[in-house]
Amino acid sequence: MTDHSPVIEIKGLCKSFGSVDVLKGIDMQVNAGEVVAIIGSSGSGKSTMLRCVNLLETPTGGQILWHGKNVQTEIESIYKYRASVGMVFQQFNLYNNLTVLQNCTLPQIKVLGRSKAEAEKTAKDYLERVGMLPYQNARPSQISGGQKQRVAIARALAMNPEVLLFDEPTSALDPEMVGEVLSVMQQLANEGMTMLVVTHEMAFARDVSSRVVYMNQGVICEEGTPEQIFGNPQKQETKEFLARFRNN
Amino acid sequence: MTQFFNDVIQIVAKHYPFLLRGIGYTMLIALAGTLIGLLIGLATGVLRTCPLSKNGFVRMLQKLLNGIIAVYVEVFRGTPMMVQAMVIYWGYAYATGGSTLPLIPSGIIIVSINTGAYMAEIVRGGIISIDKGQFEGAAAVGMTHWQTMRHIILPQVLRNILPSVANEFVINIKDTSVLNVIGVTELYYFAGIIKRESFQTFQTYLVVCVIYFVLTFTVTRILRLIEKKLQGSDSYVICGSQSDPNAEIRVPKKQEVPND
Ligand SMILES: Nc1ncnc2c1ncn2[C@@H]1O[C@H](COP(=O)(O)OP(=O)(O)O)[C@@H](O)[C@H]1O
Ligand SMILES: [Mg+2]
Repeated sequence: MTDHSPVIEIKGLCKSFGSVDVLKGIDMQVNAGEVVAIIGSSGSGKSTMLRCVNLLETPTGGQILWHGKNVQTEIESIYKYRASVGMVFQQFNLYNNLTVLQNCTLPQIKVLGRSKAEAEKTAKDYLERVGMLPYQNARPSQISGGQKQRVAIARALAMNPEVLLFDEPTSALDPEMVGEVLSVMQQLANEGMTMLVVTHEMAFARDVSSRVVYMNQGVICEEGTPEQIFGNPQKQETKEFLARFRNN
Repeated sequence: MTQFFNDVIQIVAKHYPFLLRGIGYTMLIALAGTLIGLLIGLATGVLRTCPLSKNGFVRMLQKLLNGIIAVYVEVFRGTPMMVQAMVIYWGYAYATGGSTLPLIPSGIIIVSINTGAYMAEIVRGGIISIDKGQFEGAAAVGMTHWQTMRHIILPQVLRNILPSVANEFVINIKDTSVLNVIGVTELYYFAGIIKRESFQTFQTYLVVCVIYFVLTFTVTRILRLIEKKLQGSDSYVICGSQSDPNAEIRVPKKQEVPND
């Protein structure tokens, strides 16, 4: 699993909104096949960092390298780049005017130029894998939150991305639906999918991730293996954050 | 009283060709004007909600266009359509040294431009009210702004603004009557001719009044039906079950959950 160049490399990433500095120099690498869990309290900049990676936000400083190339200056197309970096949102963001199946085929047809038949075949494969094939004709408004999130994962997978970004994929779900989404993610991790996961599910971070990054106030405070972070955190802030979580 | 009914029947019996032609042109101008106005609204709505380009020249062009659109909207919403009709029709004649546009196309152009100013605001409001997540969900898979608009945002906007568009259509059916100032042969214009021939002003305009009401009432009902249709069926089909992969099971629509 030692690829020479990391898939994604974040160097000195800064992001400010007006005079508010949200990210203050983030350095991180994601290698092929790794599952990196990003934890940290609300407002520490986790979403902003993830959104900078696929350029939903424009960084105000530093670089994002994709296979060694600066995504703002050296890649041929931002659209192709985004197609190879899938994203799963807290609020699902399924296209409300389309059915479950169309949600998974439209991006393939429009962005990857696949034929309708090919796109439907791929979409159905992934819908089957997340257990949502029976609902292919339903509209987003007709299915539950957990089901929506599984469709959103299928939609991202149908683009055959190299990396998947997850932004608190289970935070908007009723507790009884969290499990169905986490188990899909665990399965992906087992198959070697490269994943960058912002999460408050500490059990998931501990059991599934290969590396844990603790963010605090716009910087990476501590990072290490799940054993190091959860078993023997070095920084005071990390200890306090984890203690707060255990008490909840 | 019988005399009154006789007069009314006489007017309808004698002048129904005028009335029918008037109805035809009124509906044609109102429908064409509403549809072209909607297209103007969609075009300006997309332009005005387009994120500003990073390219300096393109950005300047965008700002200029947005400015022109804003002026257009303000001017045409802030002046009466009757006056707009005179200015446009006679302005064209003045500019070309006396040649005039054919009347029905003139009417359609005037109603379209006027409706477009209202539609521009309706569409812009429709686009702004779409959840930001819809744009981000599309951007994150690599769709361009235009692809996002065309396949995801505008279909939702059209569905949401349909009641307002229907409303504009009904307003236009009534407001085409002002086009008689330039001599467009719509319903109100023919009412004037019938009045001059029959000398029965009240009876004539009462008949025309009833016709306008029947037109707007019918159109309102039809559009309401279309709206209902677009809201979709109350059930959806689940494909396959554990015992029979080809089964199709109808499931009643889930009640909308407020936090969805
Ligand atoms: N578009 C924005 N404009 C202004 N401030 C923002 C914007 N997005 C995020 N922020 C601010 O950046 C900080 C970090 O936000 P976020 O990245 O969402 O944190 P997290 O995901 O860790 O909870 C917050 O204080 C938030 O208010
Ligand atoms: Mg967040």
